[in-house]
Amino acid sequence: MKSSNFFSRAAAALLCASAFAQAPGVLTVPEPAKLIVKRTENPTYSLKVTIRPGYHANSNTPSEPYLIPFKLTWESGGPLEAVEVAYPKPKLEKYEFADKPLSVFDGDFEIVTRFKRAANPQLGPAYLAGKLRYQACNDKMCLPPKTVEVKLPVLMQ
Amino acid sequence: MNSTPMRLAATTAVLLLGLAGCASKPLSKAGPEDSASSLKPASKRNPAPGFTLKDVDGKPVTLADFKGKVVLLNFWATWCGPCKIEIPWFKDFQKTYKDQGFTVIGVALDDEGWEVVKPYITDKQVNYPVVIGTPEVEQLYGSVEALPTTFIIDRDGKIASVHVGLVGKKDYENEIQQLLQ
Repeated sequence: MKSSNFFSRAAAALLCASAFAQAPGVLTVPEPAKLIVKRTENPTYSLKVTIRPGYHANSNTPSEPYLIPFKLTWESGGPLEAVEVAYPKPKLEKYEFADKPLSVFDGDFEIVTRFKRAANPQLGPAYLAGKLRYQACNDKMCLPPKTVEVKLPVLMQ
Repeated sequence: MNSTPMRLAATTAVLLLGLAGCASKPLSKAGPEDSASSLKPASKRNPAPGFTLKDVDGKPVTLADFKGKVVLLNFWATWCGPCKIEIPWFKDFQKTYKDQGFTVIGVALDDEGWEVVKPYITDKQVNYPVVIGTPEVEQLYGSVEALPTTFIIDRDGKIASVHVGLVGKKDYENEIQQLLQ
């Protein structure tokens, strides 16, 4: 997002509620369970995602350059560093509005993140902050891109 | 120099002035249930909220300037597949009905603005005014929750129908023809 647009949108948000609100509940992520990280362990974490029936989200590798990819990112600087984010195999689905099949995710699926333990992590409880960016459509309409904040509780042993 | 607070304050001030100058009442939220709506009776139509937005050349496009014409106001984005089905139809409508007192206005809602919209409308040779939407205009039109969302506005500047999602070309054309009579 360009900064000028960001400022316009941020300012407008002060004046009124978000104008371009995502319909609630199209994509849901359950509250993550605590990840207990044993000494010297480099853990993996599976984020469960559900997309409402009838809707799909572009996969992490969309078929067309104009489509917004599905993307999970994790903040760095915590006790764990994300090394790899593995997405499920996308489906190729044909929709009325596209000439070619599109690479999408739908239904229930998991995104697996492989973490590396930081060099000298602070032991005890902590949170890892993640952001899940997606853009969903059904066969007739599209919803605006949305970012879901993910807060993963971890216990570093 | 960190100019962020000044820029934010300036932007907010501009938006406040813009909203203060806009006496339009926001519409109620348009939802998917409006997808198949046909023309509302004239007595039940609400005024289309006024706005001024800039086109690709930086020229202002003011809805009020089109009073007396039938306007197809289409909210869309380059990342919206269904929107791209409709754009060739709208080009046809613009070509066919322009001289009868009709225009399409496209309101693009891409965060990246002209950076992505200009190449697209140039490539597709879009023959009607396209502007970049703002959150306050979206708000005036009842929170545009899904794209495409299209408002058909009658010659009196009132909203005759709302369509959320992909609609048949013939459905639009029937409404345009009725309003042009």
